[in-house]
Amino acid sequence: MEELGNLFHGFAVAMQPFNIMVMFVGILLGVIIGVLPGLGGANGVAILLPLTFSMPPTSAIIMLSCIYWGALFGGAITSILFNIPGEPWSVATTFDGYPMAQQGKAGEALTAAFTSSFVGALFAVIMITLVAPLVASFALQFGPAEKFAVYFLAFCSFVGLSKEPPFKTIAAMMMGFALAAVGLDSITGQLRLTFGFTELLNGFDFLIAVIGLFGIGEILLTMEEGLSFRGGNAKINLRVVLHTWMGLPKYWMTSLRSCVIGCWMGVTPAGATPASFMSYGIAKRMSKNGENFGKGDIEGVIAPETAAHAAGTAALLPMLSLGVPGSPTAAVLLGGLLIWGLQPGPMLFVEQKEFVWGLIASMYLGNVFGLLVVLTCVPVFAAILRVPFSIIAPLILVLCAIGAYSVHNSTFDVMLMLVFGVIGYALKKCNYPLAPLVLAIVLGDKAEEAFRQSLLGSQGSLGVFFSNTLVSTIMVLGLIALFWGVISAGLSRLTSRMGSPA
Amino acid sequence: MTTHSSSNAGPTHKKVEAGVTLAIAVFGLVVIIGSIKAGIGWGDEGPRAGFFPFYIGLILVIASVINLWNGLREDNDGLFAEWGQLRQVFSVALPTAIYVGVMPYIGLYVSSAVFIAWFMRWLGKYRWLTVLAVSVGMPVLTYIVFERWFLVPLPKGPLEDWLGL
Repeated sequence: MEELGNLFHGFAVAMQPFNIMVMFVGILLGVIIGVLPGLGGANGVAILLPLTFSMPPTSAIIMLSCIYWGALFGGAITSILFNIPGEPWSVATTFDGYPMAQQGKAGEALTAAFTSSFVGALFAVIMITLVAPLVASFALQFGPAEKFAVYFLAFCSFVGLSKEPPFKTIAAMMMGFALAAVGLDSITGQLRLTFGFTELLNGFDFLIAVIGLFGIGEILLTMEEGLSFRGGNAKINLRVVLHTWMGLPKYWMTSLRSCVIGCWMGVTPAGATPASFMSYGIAKRMSKNGENFGKGDIEGVIAPETAAHAAGTAALLPMLSLGVPGSPTAAVLLGGLLIWGLQPGPMLFVEQKEFVWGLIASMYLGNVFGLLVVLTCVPVFAAILRVPFSIIAPLILVLCAIGAYSVHNSTFDVMLMLVFGVIGYALKKCNYPLAPLVLAIVLGDKAEEAFRQSLLGSQGSLGVFFSNTLVSTIMVLGLIALFWGVISAGLSRLTSRMGSPA
Repeated sequence: MTTHSSSNAGPTHKKVEAGVTLAIAVFGLVVIIGSIKAGIGWGDEGPRAGFFPFYIGLILVIASVINLWNGLREDNDGLFAEWGQLRQVFSVALPTAIYVGVMPYIGLYVSSAVFIAWFMRWLGKYRWLTVLAVSVGMPVLTYIVFERWFLVPLPKGPLEDWLGL
């Protein structure tokens, strides 16, 4: 029970007054980010990352992860009140949340959404507490080949699981890898792909890419749609909350199922969005009153919210224990760790115990605070949404510029951000997924390093990736994930043929 | 801002997507060329610098060819966007480009103030008083939060020098 002791020590770290304050600020900023169009978890954290440079790393990561929790909570507010998903993973919440709001049950819908988010997150945090140290200690034995196999698995699951066409996912991913390769080669120290531009010596920083692709790109998309906010009023009082809470326990089965789906999908880097849809779909099929789904059934709010929040939280498990982030936001958090000189991965659990367990403890506390904050402050956050877009948009653009500048104190980066923004707009319109692109920029150098070191050990033979059971298993899992589209199509054809014998 | 032009003309989705896919393929070619320059073979310290990106570029080009083929085969006569919508997008993208372009010379604060003011007045049609309040208030608030509280320096120009900040 060494972990339990570590966890209590972590609570002592997280409970320091400064860290509690940082937690509150993080949650508040996070909900605002989640509510505003054009600002999401990933680019919100990226913009605010420079603010934390002057803090101790533990406080900084607590603040950033709390921004993430806040953004997860905030997504539900816009979905339910305005039928605008603030985040992709809250799309499924609009199906039943918005009809409920139209029927005057906004309070119930919001309470249900927040509470199930909380339950999902709590489930995932408990899982992280129990599983992360095991995974980390297991991963300590990994050599370069195993490391590369884990990256391979992570990227293959993107191809197999994302709803975009597989070759578009591959193209987006390869663009990320190519951008990551620009600049100084970390192994030979040679310059490559700079074509004589000195600005490119240090390569592309993924934070700039995140702010541009998600922030600027999203604003451009919103401008095209000419968005206008028409939303219901939100009144949450203690009676509504208590009344809704009384009704929630009977959906425990939906909740538990969604937690499991969320955790499972969150650990693989496909993430929160498919988890929320899957959970909604399964709940609809399993529920007794499935035909009411889409017309304002509270179960239709519980299922996707629980899964999305569980997945969003579970995405931190591979980030902490393996150094492979499960979502773009987790990738930005990983970037933050690197900036503070902390190398995520198994060694973190050995060398930086206080940091890891402080962070895990802050996940428990942050979600409790988050629930309290969103339940009490919904009207305030809904009011932010009524500020017209022609005021919000320039402010968000300016914030993006500040965020991009302060990463390296470079105005060149700000221009780069705009370029990424335009690219993001074009890619998004053409149905290219952006998450694998960002993850490839983050992990590109590490994946390449692991790949080349493995080849170095084997004198260039690819057989090194199938040289022992461990690495072969991971590689085969990766290949299955890569060809999952083909395999599942084949399986369904097979079963339909078996089902109807001539 | 919600007024859409009623004209339903605009570039087709197919053509724009083909253009984007071609651009990605060209990017892949550039990566391949750059990798070959850096050396894609096997050196004294193992694979040389261009080894990994070369294959990345190769996969990128192959994937783009398949995407191009799939895209052109698809039966999609839909529009990428109406001209009116694209005009909306450009009405944000162009000023942002100017904003970003002048930032190194006049600093972030002044350019932000002008940018916000332009945006609110031009697209939002607000009263000058409201415009002034937000466009000056935001940079001042930014200064207090970033430079004073969090000690993050932001680009400054002649005005800040003159004010001695």
